[in-house]
Order: sequence, then C-alpha cells, then structure tokens
Amino acid sequence: MASMILQAEGLKRHFGGLKAVDGVDLALNAGEIHALIGPNGAGKTTLVSLLSGRQVPDAGTIRFDGADITRLPAHERVRRGIGYTFQITAIYAGLSVFDNLALAVQRGHPRDLSGAVTEAAARVGLEALLPQIAGTLSYGHQRLLEIGMGLALHPRLLILDEPTQGFAAGEIEGFMALVRGLVPATTVLLIEHNMDVVMALAERITVLDQGRVLASGLPAEIRANRAVQDAYLGGSHAGD
Amino acid sequence: MRALSLHLAVLALLLGLHFVLPAYHHANLARIMVLAVFAMGYNIAFGYTGLLSLGHALLLSAGMFGAGLLIQHFGLTAAPALLIGTLAGAAMAAVTGLLALRTTGVSLMIVTLMFAQAGYLTLLYFGAVTGGDEGFPVPAAGRVAFGLNLAAEGPRYLVALGLFAVALMGNLALVRSRFGRVMVAMRENEERSRMLGYNPFAVKLGLMALSGLYAGAAGAFYGVMFGYVGATFATIPYSILPLLYVLLGGAGVTLGPLLGAVLMFYLIDLASSHTTVQLAVTGGALLVLVLFAPKGILGSLRERGLASWLP
Amino acid sequence: MAAVLALTAVGLSLTFGVMRVVNVAHGEFFMLGAVLAWVVAQAVPSAPLGFVAALILCPLVVGAVAALADTAILKRLNYDPEATIVATIGISYILQQGALSFFGPDARAVEAPFSLRLQFPWFGYSGYKLFVVVAAGLVLLAVWLFMTRSRAGLVMRATQVDRNTARAFGINVDRVYAGTFALGAALAAVAAVLIVPIQQAHYLMGHDPLLLSFIVVIIGGLGSIRGTLIAALLIGLSDGIISMFFTPTLAKIVATLAVALVLVFRPQGLFGARA
Ligand SMILES: Nc1ncnc2c1ncn2[C@@H]1O[C@H](COP(=O)(O)OP(=O)(O)OP(=O)(O)O)[C@@H](O)[C@H]1O
Ligand SMILES: [Mg+2]
Repeated sequence: MASMILQAEGLKRHFGGLKAVDGVDLALNAGEIHALIGPNGAGKTTLVSLLSGRQVPDAGTIRFDGADITRLPAHERVRRGIGYTFQITAIYAGLSVFDNLALAVQRGHPRDLSGAVTEAAARVGLEALLPQIAGTLSYGHQRLLEIGMGLALHPRLLILDEPTQGFAAGEIEGFMALVRGLVPATTVLLIEHNMDVVMALAERITVLDQGRVLASGLPAEIRANRAVQDAYLGGSHAGD
Repeated sequence: MRALSLHLAVLALLLGLHFVLPAYHHANLARIMVLAVFAMGYNIAFGYTGLLSLGHALLLSAGMFGAGLLIQHFGLTAAPALLIGTLAGAAMAAVTGLLALRTTGVSLMIVTLMFAQAGYLTLLYFGAVTGGDEGFPVPAAGRVAFGLNLAAEGPRYLVALGLFAVALMGNLALVRSRFGRVMVAMRENEERSRMLGYNPFAVKLGLMALSGLYAGAAGAFYGVMFGYVGATFATIPYSILPLLYVLLGGAGVTLGPLLGAVLMFYLIDLASSHTTVQLAVTGGALLVLVLFAPKGILGSLRERGLASWLP
Repeated sequence: MAAVLALTAVGLSLTFGVMRVVNVAHGEFFMLGAVLAWVVAQAVPSAPLGFVAALILCPLVVGAVAALADTAILKRLNYDPEATIVATIGISYILQQGALSFFGPDARAVEAPFSLRLQFPWFGYSGYKLFVVVAAGLVLLAVWLFMTRSRAGLVMRATQVDRNTARAFGINVDRVYAGTFALGAALAAVAAVLIVPIQQAHYLMGHDPLLLSFIVVIIGGLGSIRGTLIAALLIGLSDGIISMFFTPTLAKIVATLAVALVLVFRPQGLFGARA
C-alpha cells in the first residue's frame, strides 16, 4: 500500500442542529486522484474546508505528511503544501490576470517572476489574457484562473472543489489532461458532480451523504454499491 | 518607467517652486508636503490595504509628542527627536493594531476612533507634562539639526521636500514590489489571500506599522518645523483630514495624497478667508466625494487609461 | 443622566439594528434638537407652553432633516457601511456648521417649564429632573410598544432580518429606512429637548452624547435594543460612581478603552447572545 499523505479521523462540524460533517474518516494515498462525491448539501465543501483550515472542526484530528495539523491556521497549511480552489470562484476581480497568478507564483520566490507567471498562465491556457482585469473574464476563464492559482502554488495536495462547473464540453477534456499530468507529484482531492469526469479520473472514490461516509473504494466498487445507487447515483442520473 | 518619470517630475516641480513662490504660499506648501506625508501613510492603510481607520490622529500625535516631549523635557536636539518621534508613530500603530486588527470594517473604524479618543484624553489628563489643550512651543534649541534651523523658512521648505521625496519614492517602491501586490490583495480579497498562504493579520499589522511610521514622521517634523506641539493634533478632525485628502486625490494612487492635500488645503483656506464655513466645506467635500467620486481625482483618471502613469 | 442617555442610545441602536448603519451624525441630531428647543423657547413667551411646543416640534423637524439626509444621501450609497460612516461624518460637519452660523458659538440656556412648582423641600434638586426620568421612561415604553406591537414595528423588524426578503413581500424598504432613520434622530431630539433646561445648548454639544451612545450601544450589543437599555441604565448609574473615584477625564479614558476592548473581544456586546 502506498504511503498516506493525509489522514482525517472522526471529523465533525455542526451548524446548530445541522450535522454538516458528522464523524468522517478520510485517508489519501500520496500521488492518487481521489474523488469526493455526494448529493447537494452532503457536506463536501464543509469537509474540505476542515482539511484546508478554513473552518475549525468541532472534533477529530487531521494529519498531513505525518504531522498533526488540526489546529494549524489555513495559511500555514497552504505553506505546508495544501492548495485549495474555491467552489465559488474567488479570484481578485479588480486585479489583472497577471497579478492574480503572480500572487500565487511569488510564494515560491522565483527569480524571474514574469517568466514564472507566464508559465503558470500557459498551464491553464490563459497566457494571452495576462493584462486583462480578472473580473472582466468570461465565467469559464475565471474558473480556469481559479484553478491556475491553485496549481501555481505547486501544492503537494491539491483540493479542487467542483472545478468543471461552468466549463464547456471542450474545456473539460483539457482539464482532465491537466489533472492527469499532476499526479503522482501532486495528490489530488477532487469534488465533482460530473460522473463522467469522476469515473475517468479517480483512482479511488469516497461518497458522502448527510455528513457521513456512505462508501469508499475503487470506482468499480462504488458503481456496484447498492446504497450509493439508491442515495445518489441512481437518483441523480434519473433526475438528469 | 512612465510612473517613475512622473514622480520625479513632481518632485522637480516642488523643488522649482521653492525658488519662485511668494512667502505665503511657500510656507503653505511646506505645511502641505508634511501633511501629504501623513496622508500617504493613511493611503497605505486605507487606499492600498483597505483598512479604514478613523484614528490616525493618534499616530500623528504619537510622532509629534514623541519628538516634542523629548525636546521639551530632556533637551534633545532635533535629529534624534525626529527619529524617535517617527518610530513612536510606528510603535503606536503596531500596539493598537495588535488589538484593532482583530476586527474589520465598521468595528475597525469604531475601535480606531476610540483608541484615538483615549489617546487625546490621555494627553489632556497628563496636561502638566503635555501642556494639555494649550500645548507648548518647541524650544529653539530643539529646532536645530546638524547646525540647521529647521523652523527657518528656507531650510524648512527643503526639509519638508526631502521628507516628502523619501516618503513618495518609498511609497512607489512599495507599490511596485512583490509585497505591494500582497498589500493590495488584502484589500481585494482577504480570504483568497489566506488560501494562497499569506497570513492576513501579520501582513495588515506590518502595513499598519508602516502607515504609523509615515504618520509619526509627519507629526514629528510638523511639530519641530512649525515650532508647536498641541493636543489638537490628536482630535477627531485630524483623523478625518487624511481620509479627506486621500478620498479627494485618489485612494490607492501614490500621488493622490499630495493632490488631495493641496486642493483641500487651498479650498479651506479660500473659504475661511471670505467666510467662516470651513466646517461646511469639509462636510460638503466628504459628501460630494463619497456620493459622486468615490475614486477621487487621480483614481478616476487612472480608470481612463492612465494606469501606467499612476500606480 | 441614565434616562436621557438611554433615549439617545436607543435612537442610535435602532438605526444600526434595522439598517446596519452607524450614524456618526447622531450626536448632531441631538445637538440640533437642543438648539431648536432654544429657538422655540425664544419664539413662545411662556416657558411651559414653549416646552410643550418644543417637545412636539423639535423631534418632527429633526426627524424630517434625518429623513431627507437618508433619501438624498444614504440611499444613494446603497447603505454601504463604510461609505455611510464617511457620509454621516460629512453630515455632522454640515449640521455643526448650520448651528454655528445661525445660532452662534455661545451656549444658551433654556428655562425649565416648571422648575419652581415641583421643588420639594426634601428633594436635594429640582423636581424637573424627576420629570425627565418619567418622561424618558414613557417615551422608551412607547418605542418598545411600537416596535413589538404595531404593524409598522413588525415591518421594521422584518426588514432588519432580511432586506431582500422584506422587499419581496412588498415592503417598501426605502420608506422603512427613511422612517427608521428619522425615528432614531427624533429620539435623540426628544432627549435633547428634555435635557436643555438642565444643560445648555451649544453647537458642539453633540460630541459627548455621541460618544456615550456609542459606548452604550456597543456594550449592549450592536443593534440589540434590550441590551442597549440595560447598558444605558448601567452606565448612567455607574458614570456617577466611576467619576467619584476618578476624575472625569480618567473616567472617559477608561470608558473609551473599555468600548474598544469590548468590540475587539466580545463583538456581540456584553449582553448579546453569542452569534
Ligand atoms: N456556514 C454555514 N452555516 C450554516 N450551515 C452551513 C454552513 N455551511 C454549510 N452549511 C450547511 O451544511 C450543509 C453542507 O453544506 P456543504 O456546502 O458542505 O455541502 P456540499 O456537499 O458542498 O454541497 P454542494 O454540492 O451543493 O456544493 C448544507 O446543508 C449547508 O446548508
Ligand atoms: Mg460544495
């Protein structure tokens, strides 16, 4: 078995009576693409917020690369190599694409900043748009910029929260190639509603429902799992 | 390149004015340049970092009294007093920032306002030492640095220009540095900045201290160069003043504070030489700016495509 | 005085509670009420009549000024919290200027309506102060009833909870805001009319009540009217006690620092529930 890069045990996060995350265990192998799926409101975003440090868990522990990071503030976790892209696009709308990317790139203190930024832009196909103000980009380009900023941190674990939302069909192909190219140097935790993307990319899948882990395993196992089909796959496919 | 040449041209213009201005405007401009340094410090906090403070009078008076009290009670000469006063501004900003920066937005405004008010009352409370409401004149010996009388007209203008030049070029360098980009990032989206690995509290605290360094320098130089130190400089109007200058000239533009200070100074000067409506002018200017020109003069120009000239 | 302080503070709390707006000009509305009370007292020969006239007229005029300021200025800013503060600072300068220009820089006293008649021998001070307490209490009760029982109060509370939903339910949010802002200012004016026979009217008098109201509103929990009342009583009473031990200046230093620290460490106020 591969070495584990992240281990979460017994994570809980309640909002009043609502149990958004209710005792979740999650283990990520170094270098894998791990998908996190579940119906709307299952607690996926809340769970990765706990992992990235944007929220503090009510209970549970998180270990990253062998060290306990449960109490570490978010920016410290980013420094240790946990990159995060927001589900709701959070770019610097008032700044240029260049500045947006530079803010991520300059964390690595490169000698040649503009060269490194151009490189980071090229990875997500935005090199022609560097001088443009980010807020004036199309929605799809803003999503790409969001991902580009996450990538530019060169994280060891990259958390992508519904990255393909708002992509055109053609853009999804490019995105999948991009994510495949990240492993095994980077571990990827991918939240995704598009099942085709999940099945094509993920080496392992964790299914979340009502704040709890419903199932976890290889894609084939998840596809065959009755409980998952009832709770999620069947329902959502029927609805599509 | 364009920005650098514009800034140097402004400094050259100010130097040229030294030789041609009549005495009255010569003295005014020296005053304006020091006040513009104060407003530049405010601009670093408010315009670039997005920290809306209503308590910068505290930092100004920390510099002024830091220098003034040392001269008055310990017989220091101008040079060390100015240095210590400047640092006192930064230290005061750091200490109050440690508490105030735990809040944001409206709470930050009120907390800074309250700290400044407490500072003003403290100056009154220790009236025996600080001179209270009346303040005190800076002793003649304390106005001399390196054999130069800073309060005499010629040197005063040049010293004010020197201070302004250092402050302006420092501001320009900051804005164009990598750290300058982080500063603006805090204003634009703090949460995003945190998720890029920046510690918002530490960044904001550092910038608040830098802002205090500017304000402290302005206070110390103002006291020494104009020979007077008083608690009025710690009152609320002196916290509003830099806000007004920055809003008028353009928040988040390096040259905004200077332009705002020049225009507002002469607007009030003009109004008060004919009538007694300074209050209404100040209030009206605030309203007009916040309603119709929230970006200020240079901010609006920058939007019209002059961005490469006006960082 | 706790009663007058409570009135002023509740006015401030109301505007913050419903509109999420910090009104820095609140102290100036108080000052305006006091100055107008003096003007009315000059115009009406008999003191009691003048007092009653002032009690009715001043809040109306001040409320109207506030409503005007709201629709002409604050509404255009979309009630952006920070821009609003800057704007109300501007308004406060203009109101001060108005008072200075038309009223002059001197402090003016207003005669109490019945200072002589209620002077009990065993009361150390005038019966008028007692009247102020009762009157302030009645006004507060009326405000409370208005907020909890009347339809308008319900509409205001609905707007407080969610502006957009309220709009969707057909509530004219603009009018509610203008009304709230006017009501808050009018309360300050009532407090001022009550206080001028004790204190003198002056164009800079708005400063202290503003600071005190801030203290009360923040310690009581921003926007919580119940907390504001408790805090006002507490501070009004403790003010006397604190100033027995400290000089007034030291008492103010302690109070302002306390407010700052409350905002930093307990933003929901000392009496507010945890968010
Ligand atoms: N800050 C919060 N306060 C209260 N409730 C919250 C908060 N954040 C999330 N919730 C609730 O917690 C539950 C889980 O939300 P979460 O955003 O984690 O779901 P999700 O799985 O990411 O859903 P989606 O697929 O729609 O993004 C939801 O019911 C949501 O309403
Ligand atoms: Mg989500």
